[in-house]
Amino acid sequence: MAELMYWEAIRRAHDEEMTNDPLVICMGEDIGVAGGTYKATNGLYDKYGPERVIDTPISENGYTGLGIGASFLGVRPIIEIMSVNFAWLAMDQLFNSAAKVRYMSGGQLTAPVVVRSAGGTAHQLGAQHSARMEKVFMGIAGLRVVTPSNPRQAYGLLKSAVRCNDPVYINEHELMYNMKGEVPDEEYFHSLEGSEVVREGRDVTLFGYNISVHWCLQAAETLSKQHGIEAEVIDLFALAPLDRAGIVASVRKTHRAVIAEEAEPTVGVGAEVMAIINEECFFELDAAPVRVSAVNVPIPYNHTLEKAAIPNAGDVVAAVRKMLGK
Amino acid sequence: MNLADKKRLLREMLFARRFEERCYEAYVERKIGGFLHLYSGEEACAHGVLEASKKGHDYVITSYRDHVHAIKCGADPKKVMAELYAKETGSSKGRGGSMHIFDVEHRFMGGYALVGGPFPLAAGMAKAVKMKGGDEIVICFLGDAANNQGTFHESLNMAKLWDLPVLYVCENNLYGIGTRIDRSTAVIDQYKRVSGYNIPSAQEDGQDIEKVFKAAKKAIGHVRSGKGPYFLELMTYRYRGHSMSDSNAYRSRDEERMWSNRDPIIMLRDRLIEAGELTGEDYKAMDSEVLDEIEEEVIAFAESSPEPRVDELEKYTLAENDPWVYGGGR
Repeated sequence: MAELMYWEAIRRAHDEEMTNDPLVICMGEDIGVAGGTYKATNGLYDKYGPERVIDTPISENGYTGLGIGASFLGVRPIIEIMSVNFAWLAMDQLFNSAAKVRYMSGGQLTAPVVVRSAGGTAHQLGAQHSARMEKVFMGIAGLRVVTPSNPRQAYGLLKSAVRCNDPVYINEHELMYNMKGEVPDEEYFHSLEGSEVVREGRDVTLFGYNISVHWCLQAAETLSKQHGIEAEVIDLFALAPLDRAGIVASVRKTHRAVIAEEAEPTVGVGAEVMAIINEECFFELDAAPVRVSAVNVPIPYNHTLEKAAIPNAGDVVAAVRKMLGK
Repeated sequence: MNLADKKRLLREMLFARRFEERCYEAYVERKIGGFLHLYSGEEACAHGVLEASKKGHDYVITSYRDHVHAIKCGADPKKVMAELYAKETGSSKGRGGSMHIFDVEHRFMGGYALVGGPFPLAAGMAKAVKMKGGDEIVICFLGDAANNQGTFHESLNMAKLWDLPVLYVCENNLYGIGTRIDRSTAVIDQYKRVSGYNIPSAQEDGQDIEKVFKAAKKAIGHVRSGKGPYFLELMTYRYRGHSMSDSNAYRSRDEERMWSNRDPIIMLRDRLIEAGELTGEDYKAMDSEVLDEIEEEVIAFAESSPEPRVDELEKYTLAENDPWVYGGGR
């Protein structure tokens, strides 16, 4: 099993899927000749040419709509929106066209597009380049939302997303493209639904997705070593639909839940997980579930303020200790 | 366009007019819900352009004023009416409604209700056609007011940049909902606006089906020959308000009279009568036959069809039994 960086895993998935099916294309700003801002399409322009690796104008709604239209006729576009902040501009096409066309055509037409973008806060990128928008996407019926926390998922989720007949939004992370991790040497398709237990534990369940899975894992180590608390960590790589069964199974086991999210708490992943817990296993709880979320502010440029706005592993540890009174 | 074609088109346009007016009645009777945008007055645009296209071969996409385009593409009027009646037998199984008629089998790729939304979808279908190497073209019908959306500019830029086989037809009916074009748009002649993207264009009288047909033949020839996109502006007028909720109080009766004197159906009818190819009696008989067909077949079908089942509410939201959802393993 080879160790790949997150961007290399995404690039490999592109490459394999484009080799497998001549109707798979990729498109986005600077993805061709320049190789992609995060190198996710590096070298593909030379290999597959300008008809299939398309440098688009800076017209997010336009090229997203173009990709969706192409998908109506069987083309499988992988659309890169360089930063999720720019995806706001493509919401019309993504939500009004891609997510709804199957339903409003009574199943006649489908939009099997993949839209991937880099989300999250990074290094002082300021208010307009630090959005965490997964909560916006996951509320739209007809759209699948997945978010890889490691190179294996980044590879396998993209592979399945390309072949799936639904539109899939893949939420990546600015800070994770250089993260290393093992990816199977053989072809691997990751499920677009479900969740993964990445650490077993009995005292509390820490729910994370994308970068916050790593805060949870780090927190679990600290809790175990320093406080004798054994936390279970669940990776919610699928945000739409959320894995109700997986969430409930773990809470039934640990009776406590903390949800770590990089986004603001309002109408977010944590709120949704808490609602599921309330609906499905309220009487199994030994403590009220808690969210560890960002402060509800536009992300500041100042580094100290930026760090103060975004949670981290220490915040997860503190939340668990408070919950358990330790 | 020979005589038989003209007579057939007269009947088709008359059918479209009577269909739309019957929708109006059904809406007033509350048989049709939601929004309803009628095409009366603009019939020569869709019929002239699509007559010049390859039916069932070229792809067609449009806005929410879509019933007539769908029917001209080959959609069964019974299914279109059943859709308006929100029935399971409707073209979108009662899930779409007036603004979302689809008939993919006949390559009518849908009506979309965000103004300007189909511009990039049309360019994308054209990209797919080009990739696959077919000689189909994509025809996108939208109103003049859509041209003030960003998608107009973004899509025209890409369509020309990549020379995609797409024909944009602008049905210029002079109003964006209730706002007259000169109050919303800096450049009145829409065909001039695309010169900024090096896209060839023309403006034509949208009330005269023969002129529309001729202009569309030229436009379609250009697109099909691989020279890239074309923009055809057709000057027309809708008789009804923007939708049924529109009071239509913003237009003068003089203006309406001026346009009704250039009614596309009457113009073609009179031309055929003048040429001695049709009598007033023939036309009356045709009209009565059309009305009967709409009442006895179209309305009867819609009335008698079943509603969708509530236990199928969530059907069509996502693909069913798609193995790739589970990584191909199940």
